[in-house]
Amino acid sequence: MLKKGLIFGAVSLLAVSAVNTSSAAGGRDYISIVGSSTVYPFATTVAEQFGKTTKFKTPKIESTGSGGGMKLFCAGVGVESPDITNASRRIKSSEFKKCQDNGVKDIVEIKIGYDGIVVANSKKAEQLKLSRKDLFLALAKDVPDPKGGEKVVPNPYKTWKDVNPELPATAIEVLGPPPTSGTRDAFVELAMEGGCKKFDFIKAMKKSDKNAYKGICHTVREDGAYIEAGENDNLIVQKLDANPQSLGIFGFSFLDQNGDKIQGSFVDGQAPTFENIADGKYPVSRPLYFYVKKAHVGVIPGIAEFLAEFSSDRTWGEDGYLTEKGLIPAPAEERAKFAADAKGLTPLSM
Amino acid sequence: MEKQTPSTMDIVNRGLARRYRKEKQFKLLGLSAIIASLMFLVFLFGSIVANGWTAFRQGAIYLDITFDEQALQVENLRNANYGKLIKTSMAELFPDVSGRSQTRRLNKLVSSGAAFELQDMVLSDPGLIGTTKLVRLPVDDEVDMLLKGHISRDVPESERRISDEQIAWVDQLVEAGRLQLEFNTTFFTAGDSREPELSGIKGAIMGSMFTLLVTLALSFPIGVAAAVYLEEFAPSNKWTDFIEVNINNLAAVPSIVFGLLGLAVFLNFFGLPRSAPLVGGLVLTLMTLPTIIIASRASLKSVPPSIREAALGVGASKMQAITHHVLPLAMPGMMTGTIIGMAQALGETAPLLMIGMVAFIVDVPGSFTDPSTVLPVQIYLWADSPERAFVERTSAAIMVLLTFLICMNGVAVFLRKKFERRW
Repeated sequence: MLKKGLIFGAVSLLAVSAVNTSSAAGGRDYISIVGSSTVYPFATTVAEQFGKTTKFKTPKIESTGSGGGMKLFCAGVGVESPDITNASRRIKSSEFKKCQDNGVKDIVEIKIGYDGIVVANSKKAEQLKLSRKDLFLALAKDVPDPKGGEKVVPNPYKTWKDVNPELPATAIEVLGPPPTSGTRDAFVELAMEGGCKKFDFIKAMKKSDKNAYKGICHTVREDGAYIEAGENDNLIVQKLDANPQSLGIFGFSFLDQNGDKIQGSFVDGQAPTFENIADGKYPVSRPLYFYVKKAHVGVIPGIAEFLAEFSSDRTWGEDGYLTEKGLIPAPAEERAKFAADAKGLTPLSM
Repeated sequence: MEKQTPSTMDIVNRGLARRYRKEKQFKLLGLSAIIASLMFLVFLFGSIVANGWTAFRQGAIYLDITFDEQALQVENLRNANYGKLIKTSMAELFPDVSGRSQTRRLNKLVSSGAAFELQDMVLSDPGLIGTTKLVRLPVDDEVDMLLKGHISRDVPESERRISDEQIAWVDQLVEAGRLQLEFNTTFFTAGDSREPELSGIKGAIMGSMFTLLVTLALSFPIGVAAAVYLEEFAPSNKWTDFIEVNINNLAAVPSIVFGLLGLAVFLNFFGLPRSAPLVGGLVLTLMTLPTIIIASRASLKSVPPSIREAALGVGASKMQAITHHVLPLAMPGMMTGTIIGMAQALGETAPLLMIGMVAFIVDVPGSFTDPSTVLPVQIYLWADSPERAFVERTSAAIMVLLTFLICMNGVAVFLRKKFERRW
């Protein structure tokens, strides 16, 4: 009898809490943020600071990836959809259109700063001086025929020396993120396409046959030289430490935190340092963004204050606390523009 | 010559050595399998413990804080500049430090969360204002890593995140007895944080607890009821077979599928909140139900029919026979199945990914509908963080999770040993 009572009690308790929920869902009292795993470390730092210094609750941040975040963000307006989405790339016009179709009319775009993508190896090996062309030739699935002529052949290169005689004769072995990652998208676009364009006949293709151009420049080789190491950048760092032969691709903040174990390779003569990325000299860097649903400002408590916290110089400025976490601040005038956008909630138009 | 046919004994004797040898090899094969798996286990636990045990200790700095009335401006305690109190105290300890950037480097030794601790102290006891007190504050994670030896002093300065100057200050503080490693209570009392020294697993443990409570409250009664019906009442026909095949299939479905189902049904259709333990519990219920039903049916089956027949024979109704006799005898087996199902649910992350429980949540959840995360998800999030200090915390969180799992499985073994009846 007692047991039955217990079970009955538990079930009714659940039923009661379920009823409570539906009423609780009516008004969310915390900010809900989704999006890129690259922006996640920065957004969480600001969220924590915001939760501690204001009377508002700490925002909830899900790391869903840029694309996944946009999908949730654009699903509609209302408490059940997120207020902010982080992105390690700009919103695509298709995504913007989807937002509009679903009633998410006014979106405020804020650029928070820059992130460098580094190609690094263990300190036990020598530091490499690569160019974007080297990276393209080493990692693309199809490369221009080394014997000459304007055609592409499956990538024949086995060692770095094959690619560029100045590089060491070690086998090409690069650990990098999988295709679902924003870091991979950015690496492919900035580093590989950058190197790919150095070949005139491929560059000419961009106008004549855009798909073929993308196919050559954006396709990473699949014969084992490029190893998909998962989204976990920490794991790549550990593997590099264990295997000095290999190179790894990840965000600058991981190099920043592990400077005693790994070194970033030069790309086009520029070392991946804080200063070089901030100046825009280092070629493989990308802007980071977040997008705010204007319709939610004033409905969900604290959004305006959160934007104010994020866009203050104390946060994203040159000496701001986000630089501790590896964010490369945007130039002062860009910061001023986006801080004004955050304040005035200027909607994005595309 | 007389041809001698070998006797049976001879044949046996001739083959004996070979048969013994074979048997020995067979035994060795089994033994080496066990040794190999034990070695993997030892290696796994060894590396986790070796990485993680240091996380249970945490650097703490003792500072004489003067709760200066003027600096605090008594009217507005919430927005007062508590960081300044720490900076003043540090400046008194190191009078030689001057200049903006050097002072900044000195103050970075103390955790950025220290000011909030002072704020909490003053808010809970305004009587402190105007007094001077020796206060224990957390240090920055870089200092903590240095104290624990995870940052080598031998590498060139430019490759460390802590400078030679800062190391000298740290050594000075250690010598003065103001800086030492102590038991890390924060780890068990705080929620997640981006600062390793301020992060803890309480939020994740509470989240896991709420989620498992929902799972238990739903899956145990439903699972047992389903098993009793199928075993005791259901007629044996095509439908029953169909249901049985489906239950067995469900037990083998990858857990991410249940997450997708939860997203479609509980979030999109019923409109339950994202990231809530309630939804997590519902999804994990779906996942554990087949395990519980199968275990419960097996334990009902093992109750001999003579018990039922005897009960029915002395005039009990079918329900009485089941509730008074069969169920109590089958209960230990059902509980074992349930606990194993719960242990499985405790370690699950994949289905929770889809319903938003993989998230950064600082506040410790206080109800079934607060946003929360669970232990394995916390481990995953920390494993993905760039800060060096999260490496040991990841391992420490794994140790906590393993402790829970071992306890749960221990209870299951205990129940089986204690209440098991052999017929």
